Amino acid sequence: MEEVKVLGSWPSPYGYRVQWALELKGVEYEYIDEDLFNKSDMLLKYNPVHKKIPVLVRHGKSIAESAVILEYIEETWPQNPLLPKDPYERAMARFWINFVDNKDKAAPIVTFFIGVGEEHKKATEETKELLKILEEQALGEKKYFGGDEIGMVDLAMGWMAYFGVIEEIVDVKILDAESFPRLHAWIQNFRAHPVIKSNLPDHDKLLVSYTQKRQMFLGSTTT
Amino acid sequence: MAEVKLHGFWASPFSHRVIWALKIKGVDYEYIEEDLSNKSELLLKYNPVYKKIPVLVHGGKPIPESLIILEYIEETWPENPLLPTNPYEKAMARFWIQFGVDKGPIFRAFFLSTGGEEQEKAAKDFLEVLKTIEEQALGDKKFFGGDTINLVDISYGYLAYWFKNVEEVIGIKLLEPSTLPRLSQWVQNFIEVPVIKESIPDRDKLLAYTRRIREKLVAEQLKK
Repeated sequence: MEEVKVLGSWPSPYGYRVQWALELKGVEYEYIDEDLFNKSDMLLKYNPVHKKIPVLVRHGKSIAESAVILEYIEETWPQNPLLPKDPYERAMARFWINFVDNKDKAAPIVTFFIGVGEEHKKATEETKELLKILEEQALGEKKYFGGDEIGMVDLAMGWMAYFGVIEEIVDVKILDAESFPRLHAWIQNFRAHPVIKSNLPDHDKLLVSYTQKRQMFLGSTTT
Repeated sequence: MAEVKLHGFWASPFSHRVIWALKIKGVDYEYIEEDLSNKSELLLKYNPVYKKIPVLVHGGKPIPESLIILEYIEETWPENPLLPTNPYEKAMARFWIQFGVDKGPIFRAFFLSTGGEEQEKAAKDFLEVLKTIEEQALGDKKFFGGDTINLVDISYGYLAYWFKNVEEVIGIKLLEPSTLPRLSQWVQNFIEVPVIKESIPDRDKLLAYTRRIREKLVAEQLKK
């Protein structure tokens, strides 16, 4: 009996990464959703340093930081590998995971979501540049970032699978089939994957949640 | 045996990390010094995304980002292991390495602080980081890796020499036996490790560089 628990907070893509990895490997786990405005004692106990999700708990021991958790999952349950065997290819996979997790690199996406005016225009351009790098250098001609099969990089890119909701709310479309044909195709393939398909946040719920979040940041009560 | 080359910069602690790992593993490599004010065509080709050093090139294939390079070195040359074999322990090692990355902005704020309340806060914040590292990552161990150094020690290595220069340039001492007894002891132990001792750049030269780079970065910050 594995007794694996995952602490996440809907709709965090970092939490989803961990769930997707476990689902892809056929590992049973108990999912616990955290209210980040009212953190449970369990979360504070299992991640005292950062007090963040996701956290994986196994045999009473906890591991925090999604990238660290994914590596642990890969090593502990080697079936359906999510990283290439070749050390160079593994380094390239880690490079792209680190690229999207890099706060400086990802900052424009946040500003695209909650920024206004000039700041927003700039963030839109920067987000396009980021996507261009992902499309041309990370994905290239492959079906998935991981090649023919979904890999760890695809899970790290999972946020893109529901980026459309953000575009809807902000009313600016960037990730369209014409500008980013490969990424657009990837999103369709990723969302259609049998394991991912049943583990994606509901569109309407996301719309409500993200709209609320955006309003919170903008400090307004009307859309 | 495929050729190993390292594009680095003499003063960069990120560059030093890679040198230490290669030396510990006994890997022969060619070192190429990059002029960061005039980056080589080769560097820009090898690291188009970030255009930074270090870049390790193995059999013509480039790998950027020091921590990713360290994981690559660990997997490619498994002798003298630098990560625990137990997956949970390995996860803990990676967690603490990532902690250092996350707190990078706090270090930077301290490094570039110029005075007054801003500097007081930056110093206090970074001291908190060091305390967490001492209490929870190091604990009562000799090294983060236990009896011998590992990738966690290597990732925090800059604290043992680079940081001293930062303290001197700013005029604030944070990492000392009275405030951080165990981490201070670790500093002494770390710089005595032969591979580390022989690879650290000349103190005066590095101090002068630290002063220069800080002036440059502070000036850039003021412009923004």
